Amino acid sequence: MPTTTISDRTVHVDDEGFLTDPAEWDEPLATALAEQIGLHLTEEHWEAIHFLRQDHAQRGETATLRRISVVGGIPTKSLFRLFPQKPAKKLAYVAGLPKPHGCV
Amino acid sequence: MRRLLILGGGTAGTMIANKLRRRLDRDDWSITVVDRDDEHHYQPGYLFIPFGGYAPDDLVRSRRRLLAAGVRLLLAEVDRVRPADNTVVLEDGRQIPYDFLVVATGTAPHPEETPGLLEAEWRRTIFDFYTLDGALALADALESLDHGRLVVHITEMPIKCPVAPLEFTFLADAWLRQRGLRDRVELVYVTPLDGAFTQPLASARLGAMLTDRKVLVEPDFIVERVDSDRRVLVAYDDREVPFDLLVTVPLNMGAAFVGRSGLGDELNYVPVDKHTLLSLDHDNIFAVGDANDIPTSKAGSVAHFAVEVFVDNFLEHSSGRPMTGAFDGHANCFVESGDDKALLIDFNYDTQPLPGKYPLPLLGPLSLLEETRANHLGKLAFRHLYWHVLLPGLPLPLPANMSLAGKKMPSEET
Repeated sequence: MPTTTISDRTVHVDDEGFLTDPAEWDEPLATALAEQIGLHLTEEHWEAIHFLRQDHAQRGETATLRRISVVGGIPTKSLFRLFPQKPAKKLAYVAGLPKPHGCV
Repeated sequence: MRRLLILGGGTAGTMIANKLRRRLDRDDWSITVVDRDDEHHYQPGYLFIPFGGYAPDDLVRSRRRLLAAGVRLLLAEVDRVRPADNTVVLEDGRQIPYDFLVVATGTAPHPEETPGLLEAEWRRTIFDFYTLDGALALADALESLDHGRLVVHITEMPIKCPVAPLEFTFLADAWLRQRGLRDRVELVYVTPLDGAFTQPLASARLGAMLTDRKVLVEPDFIVERVDSDRRVLVAYDDREVPFDLLVTVPLNMGAAFVGRSGLGDELNYVPVDKHTLLSLDHDNIFAVGDANDIPTSKAGSVAHFAVEVFVDNFLEHSSGRPMTGAFDGHANCFVESGDDKALLIDFNYDTQPLPGKYPLPLLGPLSLLEETRANHLGKLAFRHLYWHVLLPGLPLPLPANMSLAGKKMPSEET
């Protein structure tokens, strides 16, 4: 399993850079991860990140955009504004979770 | 008398009723199926209707006549399940108590969920082919298509039979070529996925087949709305795809009563244990087939393989013993590729589709991830097996769980 160093911390990642152990994540790490993809986190970003973390803790899976909108109450349009182009991937990346497995 | 109640008389519900009727003593168990109508559709056949391949009569049978003697069929709409009372309430007010409940109400397209889809252009320049009337209407539209931009579009995953939009595209390409129109019609494939399919080897292979056929792929496209005046698909990231003829796969959702009953997730699918299909919340409710949330394809083959495992598990569970069977997410899908050829893919939760032979190593006769005429004939022959072997619950000599025999492992990790 590859590791990488972010803000002087060593974390386990997959080959696309997504954290593989959600327990290695904390909020300062999220800020650093966000900077790597050019995002400055605001209150709105944190709301989405916290929903994703809490939902993953309950269900063991990363929520899809639809779940974030239906269950988390954050409209998909907002997610595209907050995490431009690829919100599902970017949000999972910043939240230290596996990318939502493309449904089969 | 113990009561097994099955909601939905489609592939999973019919197989379960017929198989369990043989295994459960008639003096001890009643089996009831509830469905809204008496029409069982062979849904894989819809794909061929736009190209003149089947007539409706080929694809529709009476549900009642497909159910074994000793299975009661109630024709009614389900209002809701009341799990605390072990009761299903029908829309006509009847209350049906159960000891065990199987939710097998599948998944269905919901065009009303995408703004702009059901407006003036619906069934004029916008079609779906996941309903019998949609497929029939599309046949007429294709007949009069002689130039322009034909866009095949998937709204959101998961969808029923995720290879069907690819098959439609391959068939449309071949059909247009045969009519000498291919140079006058631009074919575009618009998908929310980052490639042709979800699984790496199959996605590469199917993606190359789209490229070979000069199909333009628009990946990562999350549709926000359809502008029906301008005839464009608009994505959340403001990308636009214009169309002259749009063949869309609308958002798929489980039955509305699942949501009303508090049994479903955000798309009205019932969360279940992915190996036993037992509800995560209720010890006497199973969800089998497309109605559940297991991470594999929503497809008849999955329902079929899952039922094989479910039946033995149900006998154990209902007599208070631990369930010993574990479904592996096995899916087996024919992919029509045009010109009377098809591919076959075979995969499960852990193993992506690999090349090789199926069902017998070396002998086949079917080839995995490779276009052959034998695969196409296999797909066509399957309709007869479906009515006469699968639905009656007779044994088909295919193992329920996936086998690696005959498959070639990729030379490097993907």
